[in-house]
Amino acid sequence: MAGPAVTEGQQTRPVAPSKAPQPRATSSLARRQARLAWLLLLPTLLVVAFVAIYPLIQTIWYGFTNARLGSVTPPRFVGLKNYQDLIADSAFRSSILVTVKFTVITVVIEFLLGMLIALVVNSNFKGRGLTRAAMLVPWAIPTVISAQMWKWMYHDVYGVFNDLLVNKLGLLSHNVAWLSQPNTSLPAIAAVDIWKTTPFVALLLLAGLQVIPSDVYEAATVDGANRLRQFFDMTLPLLQPAIVVTLIFRTLDALRVFDVFYVAFGARPDTMTMAIYDQQNIVAFADVGYGSAISMAIFVVIAIFVIAYVTTFKVEAQ
Amino acid sequence: MNDQRLESLIHDAFTGRLSRREVLRRAGTLGLSLPVVAALLAACGGGGGTSGTSTSTNSGATTAPTVASTGASPAATSSPTTQAASPVASPSSASPAGAAAYTVNNPPPVPNAAAAKQYSGQKITYYGDSVGIGAQIDQVMAKRFNQDTGITVNVIPRPQSSTDAYSTYLRFFQAKSTDVDVVSLDVIWPGAFAAHLLDLSQTFASEAKLHYAPIIQNGTVGGKLIAMPWFSDFGILYYRTDLLQKYGFSTPPQTWEELQTQAQKIMTGERSSNANFQGFVFQGNAYEGLTCNALEWIDSSGGGTIIENGKVTLNNPQAIAALNRAKGWLSNGIAPRGVTSYQEDDARNVFQGGNCAFMRNWPYAYALGNGSDSKVAGKFDVAPLPTESGQKSVGTIGGWMMGISAYSKAQQAATEWVRYTTSAESQTYRAVVGSFVPTQAAVAQDPSVVQAEPFLKSTADVVRVARPSTETGDKYNQISTIFFQGVSQILNGQDAASIVPNVTQQIQRQMS
Amino acid sequence: MGTASRRTIGSILFYLLLAVILVYIIFPFYWAVRSSIAPNSELFATPVQYWPSHATLANYRLVFQNADFIDALRNSAIVATSVTLASLAVGALGAYALGRFSFRGRRPVLYLVLSMTMFPQIAVLGALYDMVNRFGLYNRLGALILTYLIFTLPFTVWVLTSFFQALPHELEEAAYVDGASPLQAFYQILLPLAAPGMVTTGLLAFIAAWNEFLFALSFMQTPDKRTVPVAIFTFTPATGGGFEIPWGQMMAATVVVTVPLIVLTLIFQRRILAGLTAGAVKG
Repeated sequence: MAGPAVTEGQQTRPVAPSKAPQPRATSSLARRQARLAWLLLLPTLLVVAFVAIYPLIQTIWYGFTNARLGSVTPPRFVGLKNYQDLIADSAFRSSILVTVKFTVITVVIEFLLGMLIALVVNSNFKGRGLTRAAMLVPWAIPTVISAQMWKWMYHDVYGVFNDLLVNKLGLLSHNVAWLSQPNTSLPAIAAVDIWKTTPFVALLLLAGLQVIPSDVYEAATVDGANRLRQFFDMTLPLLQPAIVVTLIFRTLDALRVFDVFYVAFGARPDTMTMAIYDQQNIVAFADVGYGSAISMAIFVVIAIFVIAYVTTFKVEAQ
Repeated sequence: MNDQRLESLIHDAFTGRLSRREVLRRAGTLGLSLPVVAALLAACGGGGGTSGTSTSTNSGATTAPTVASTGASPAATSSPTTQAASPVASPSSASPAGAAAYTVNNPPPVPNAAAAKQYSGQKITYYGDSVGIGAQIDQVMAKRFNQDTGITVNVIPRPQSSTDAYSTYLRFFQAKSTDVDVVSLDVIWPGAFAAHLLDLSQTFASEAKLHYAPIIQNGTVGGKLIAMPWFSDFGILYYRTDLLQKYGFSTPPQTWEELQTQAQKIMTGERSSNANFQGFVFQGNAYEGLTCNALEWIDSSGGGTIIENGKVTLNNPQAIAALNRAKGWLSNGIAPRGVTSYQEDDARNVFQGGNCAFMRNWPYAYALGNGSDSKVAGKFDVAPLPTESGQKSVGTIGGWMMGISAYSKAQQAATEWVRYTTSAESQTYRAVVGSFVPTQAAVAQDPSVVQAEPFLKSTADVVRVARPSTETGDKYNQISTIFFQGVSQILNGQDAASIVPNVTQQIQRQMS
Repeated sequence: MGTASRRTIGSILFYLLLAVILVYIIFPFYWAVRSSIAPNSELFATPVQYWPSHATLANYRLVFQNADFIDALRNSAIVATSVTLASLAVGALGAYALGRFSFRGRRPVLYLVLSMTMFPQIAVLGALYDMVNRFGLYNRLGALILTYLIFTLPFTVWVLTSFFQALPHELEEAAYVDGASPLQAFYQILLPLAAPGMVTTGLLAFIAAWNEFLFALSFMQTPDKRTVPVAIFTFTPATGGGFEIPWGQMMAATVVVTVPLIVLTLIFQRRILAGLTAGAVKG
């Protein structure tokens, strides 16, 4: 994102993301810089080692065994058997499809809504205060609670949405079982997730907007560009790093979605996501070996998305 | 008869000096007749078993006959002199002795305290109920147990979701942890945990005979009794008495056909004033509850119990017909389309809000249905679930059992705790105070229990059917998932004739 | 059509859209409030009651009398605050390195940090459980503080990295000229400029830690160590057996927990906005 307005003594201009100012001249300086950098990264790397590397190694290892939780016999090495079974597993394949569909729908809509909200809060529009207060509400409620709440709002007998649409607004002729009917299940659950996580997107984009100096806009208005042009030509490019980070993290979260689906659908085959399928194998079936293989496969699916983002947006190109 | 002794007994009873137990004990030794005993008990009104905690000389053997003979009171006298009756179900007409004495904070004394005292000073950890009245009762009973025996019971609420509790236990057992001694087990878990639980067949030999046979069988794996029944649930049919009357039906439906007819007529009639009125609600979400419901549909139609003697018997015409019939409830509308998302409380809320005529649910909905929040209080009753004509009425067994970890370092102390919590006295207490359904026939016929749980009378003939968890062991969750996912597909419109063979094959593969 | 009227129509449409979005966001919360003060008999009644016929504070009373819930509030506050401070501290240092220095291994580290969030929570649960036990942290709040970093640290690092990256180097160079060490430059100049990023990631980390359920359920054992989401699910229903969901109480608890969170957020956000517009950047 753009840096803050530089002061009187220097030019007032939006500053593009710049490279690190390291001189290649003195190699000892470079080495000192590198050493300092690694030192600064030490706490982060320690955390990563404990809460990420260890589980990762264990998951990789179990994926090659037939481990079961609570089994009296120790796990046996079975090579690639779990992965072979996984490739033939149609339930897993369909869960990937469900998850990807869900991800695309929610990330796109959340992004658009989040951007709108961030713009409103960052500006002088009337209603900005109310928006700012309201926007955090969905995010502040624990997911397990809000998922259950939406499930009951969607209820086909006593749900408030049916009441509004059928009785109060007359838009529908009879109650709809939103979560039960296959053609409305995914949109219904997407609406829940969008409601819940748009604040996350809005907050991150807002943070990016807040550091764009107003001078930028003043200069542009003087030049005669209207609001819309300003947005597309100036705000958006300056916001690009924030957008990329937001998209990456929202996508990662969407691909791992669990709570909303689980509360609404349980183990229903046609709405199973990758994470639910994983949980089912690890927890309900106690099949740690196969479950670990599934975890690795999920990791690969997510990695594909990350690579796609990185190459599209040329992140960290320097 | 010794008049003086009788006089003093009468005097003490009427001045409220005696506990019911004491009355019975003394009445017993005096050889009084039933009506007199009843009057004395009524007179002494709620002494609650605090005075004179007579302890039995040994554990289960004496408790059994005394319970049966007096019919209710936990009079732990060693001599069953009052009425000699078989240890099974003699619905004695003695007044509800001890029942009124049971309040939440007033649990029964420990019948096996004398035997248990030898382990005094030991500590055991017990994973019990997580919420509500069950959790409260656990705490109260633990305190009482400590008071009477000196054994400390550390009560830990298990994770509330069944699945989470399941894997929590598995993790403990995997690590052979000594931090867990007694565990409360869902009825579908004994098979999965069999290798990690203590064999109770010797230590509970006599008590086991008191409980319903199917539940004991459910807790027996490879000939070893590894879980004692604690409380039971079973599926029952709830129906609106006022609506049945209004539309001219004199009895609740005996067959599934009748259910269809009655529900259709009532629904059509009620829809004129309430557009959302439904005929029949049940638990149709894709989860374990659906396995319970579907098992009832199938077994009540003569289709068997999914797995019998190690073979998958699901693929038969009756089972297929039963499942297609359930599909029909959705397609011809007596069940709401959303029923495929309903779990227990979703269905209950529809029924309790006055929006449907029939409901299949567990007994817990009974007390709530008559509560102050309910729109149908006093307007409903329960009956055994319908069947195919000529078949017996069944209800899937739910509820929880008690097991002891094989890695426990305080096995005897743990055994005594389990003996206490599964005793007839405890079951009576829990029934009266918490509406937990007992697993002993004698307790279920105790007047005080029937008073607290009136539905026990109308559903006394229901045959309890167990899910095939014990024989499938740790594969049960997988098999149940295959089953309920198949049923879910059928409810959503697939033909059972095409789904059932596939499901059968998959389950068979899991078992090989 | 003149530009003026086009702008008016545009304005109207815009406000309409905004109104719809606001209703979408607020409606469920209004529903939660309504459910928390409605008598139990009206919760699932038809026809639907949009406002209770006689509002009751019984649920709130029950919630506040619940000692376990008060404990849970305290536990959640401790955990969420600690995790936020930890991720900001660790993350800011790491982001400084990743955003201002060029060294070999920079990109791999960035992706390594990202990879922490590429597994579903359930996949890492077993391994983390083992680790928590090994460090003797089972049933201690420290277990949560440590394991929550797995999802707060990655976006903290990434967001702050991009903030630091965007700051002009003239600032640091000026500081170096004045004789400041890199750490001083970081602390006195760069950190304040990254304030919006710090506040945002701090808020998101706080709320994420506050609302987390699975780890809190799996690593804590006794009621006195529960956090708020777990505690909400263990309110006392009237019946045993575990089927009943005491919805009224849960809604009251949700409202009780959500309102302060929002108030806190508003205070923090306003401060930062004020700081920025007051010209935070001066030389």
